[in-house]
Amino acid sequence: MFKLKTFTAATLMALVLALGVTPGANAADKYITVASTTSTANSGLFDFLLPKFTAKTGIEVRVVAVGTGKAIKLAMNGDADVLFVHHKPSELKFVKEGFGVKRTDVMYNDFVMVGPKSDPAGVKGTKTAADGLKKIAAAKSPFASRGDNSGTNKKELELWKGAGIDPTGAGNKWYSATGSGMGATLNVASGMNAYSLTDRATWLKFKNKGDLEIVLEGDPVLFNQYGIILVNPEKHKHVKKDLGQAFIDWTIGKEGQALINEYKILGNQAFFANAQPGS
Amino acid sequence: MSIAMPAPVADLAPRTKRADILPLSVENVCFDAGGQRLIRDISFTLEAGPRTFILGPNGAGKSLLQRLCHGLLTPSAGRVRWQGPGGHAPGREQAMVFQRPVLLRRTVAQNIDYALKLHGVARADRAPIIDDVLSRTGLARFAKSPARHLSGGEQQKLALARAWATKPQVLFLDEPTASLDPAAMHAIESIIDTMHNEGTQIVMTTHDLNQARRIADVVLFLYKGRLLEKTPADAFFNSPESGEAAAFLKGELRW
Amino acid sequence: MTDITQAFVTALQLLVTLDDNLVEIVSLSMQVSLSAVAVSVLIGLPLGAALALFKFPGRDAIVVFLNALMGLPPVVVGLVVYLFLSRSGPLGVLGLLFTPTAMIIAQAILVTPIVAALTRQVVADLWVEYSEQLRSLGASPAGAIPALLYDARFTLVTAVLAGFGRASAEVGAVMIVGGNIDHVTRTMTTAIALEVSKGDLALALGLGIVLISLSLAINAATYTVKVRAEAAWA
Repeated sequence: MFKLKTFTAATLMALVLALGVTPGANAADKYITVASTTSTANSGLFDFLLPKFTAKTGIEVRVVAVGTGKAIKLAMNGDADVLFVHHKPSELKFVKEGFGVKRTDVMYNDFVMVGPKSDPAGVKGTKTAADGLKKIAAAKSPFASRGDNSGTNKKELELWKGAGIDPTGAGNKWYSATGSGMGATLNVASGMNAYSLTDRATWLKFKNKGDLEIVLEGDPVLFNQYGIILVNPEKHKHVKKDLGQAFIDWTIGKEGQALINEYKILGNQAFFANAQPGS
Repeated sequence: MSIAMPAPVADLAPRTKRADILPLSVENVCFDAGGQRLIRDISFTLEAGPRTFILGPNGAGKSLLQRLCHGLLTPSAGRVRWQGPGGHAPGREQAMVFQRPVLLRRTVAQNIDYALKLHGVARADRAPIIDDVLSRTGLARFAKSPARHLSGGEQQKLALARAWATKPQVLFLDEPTASLDPAAMHAIESIIDTMHNEGTQIVMTTHDLNQARRIADVVLFLYKGRLLEKTPADAFFNSPESGEAAAFLKGELRW
Repeated sequence: MTDITQAFVTALQLLVTLDDNLVEIVSLSMQVSLSAVAVSVLIGLPLGAALALFKFPGRDAIVVFLNALMGLPPVVVGLVVYLFLSRSGPLGVLGLLFTPTAMIIAQAILVTPIVAALTRQVVADLWVEYSEQLRSLGASPAGAIPALLYDARFTLVTAVLAGFGRASAEVGAVMIVGGNIDHVTRTMTTAIALEVSKGDLALALGLGIVLISLSLAINAATYTVKVRAEAAWA
């Protein structure tokens, strides 16, 4: 016979067990927090790289992946121990203003421009990003931008500037700033059959390509450099400077660099290690 | 079916001697609500002993007067003065049963248990009292049933049993049998009678004049918020002092 | 259409194989949301009951404010909690940011107004029915609160479920204060958001189906219990 009391007691016990059994994430004490970007995380590099670092050193690496602007803000607030993003001017400013100890190159990849297979603006075959963008603006073809103060977004705006165009004016209905991460922006681009700028790693891994494909690549200006910085322990006393520095040293050291080169997406190398020896 | 009158039984849980709260002295009590004066300057004394009925037409203020005496309402003027240190708040020495029984969503026994808990009866002492009072009201077989599953008459018996368990010195009853059939009404009257015999002061209102004739010892007659008469029952029903009372008894009084 | 079919297939695969990752994520989601609801119940039930029973200057304003709080946007709550828990914020020394505890705090802030506002309504209605009898028995309004809450237990279960639904469905607050860190603060909703951002819509939808199924199961179980118990107690 259905007994309410027994059922309630059993449910409560199950709840208590469920709550107790899940390992408390607060418990681990040997870990660092790394503020990085969604594009780096979504590329799968961290899933490949970090377990090897943890296996070697016993240090857990917790990555908070947000837009570059947000990542830098987190680091400025002291909510991360290490900053790992890809916009050198912002990174240098970060160190100059005393929030970071030193900026070191880690690796690079490149940005590519994607667009509909039908290529209404005739971008395919163009050699430089500037020319490609001019064609898109002239044809008023839809273009999806991140518009979120990320490294990718900053790069994109610099490219427009280099082409002598300001796409953000109110009259330009063909230009859509989504205010979102790379994936969300690509979803929009895919849905609208629009052009967009993305880093190659994210594009390789992106599963909702729709009718889009790479329409422009290889222009040296599309070079995307990553840098790593230890958050300044003098500004934030609690920063795990030894553990953080260990991570940085490993990443720019022989082992980390080799592993970065080893990481492949669909058989293609995604990132190219370029830390300067002795840095 | 008639209920045999249960014989009074000695206290199963003897309590420390409590201060007597009677006689009650009601002095120039007035009560206002909604901009109207509903109780006008009522004064009387309630002695221990006689079963007191408050009668009067609708809107006379019978229920209000009971609530003022019991402490559920505060007079706008005048005083309700009980003897003893308890002041005029309800609780330990008084109980009230309403026209519709208000029972918690618990078992029959648990409803009584709750009242005993509020009265400070130790947990170990409660079970015998509950058993006693349930068997004396014929509800023993329902002890573990949800209280709200009982019929109207049985629920009202439970309300009485609950009041009985706390051994009040004064029991107010506001038209307790108004919504019951004759058999249930007799059962309720039987219990009230037993409580009276065991020393509880009964103060009751009713619209049923036959019931009042059966039970009342003293009648307080109210009309438009005033106390017009306080008369022994026999005298009231046969030759009331006021014209209004006479009209009321004939069913001719407008309110 | 293939995305949706693929989504159901994925959902089924995940559930049947009890994928490790899935179990971890579901476990954390349950832990966070149930803890948040527990905290909200501890605060919200007495708070709602007190608001129902006691009159004091400004009470009506508080009640209106509480009802409005039911519509707090989760992302705003997440942002405010972040500002408090950030190392640069007033409670930074606690080091709670990017932990499940921070997520529980944010969700508790979202759920407590729901529990409190619904409790207030229920207890106020009940007090209308019970006030005279309970006071006659000698209970003070404050003393009557446990009895009232127990009596209202069936309706309150609905309020608690509403709170749980709000907690387990939101993503804005836990994303900001938790950081969606793999194996640490990744819940069902943040995992779904992540898969969407990777363009893996089928997996995202699959996870969504799992989440909805869980919610359905919990609600179905609670409903059955409530209906049977209610019939027993009228």
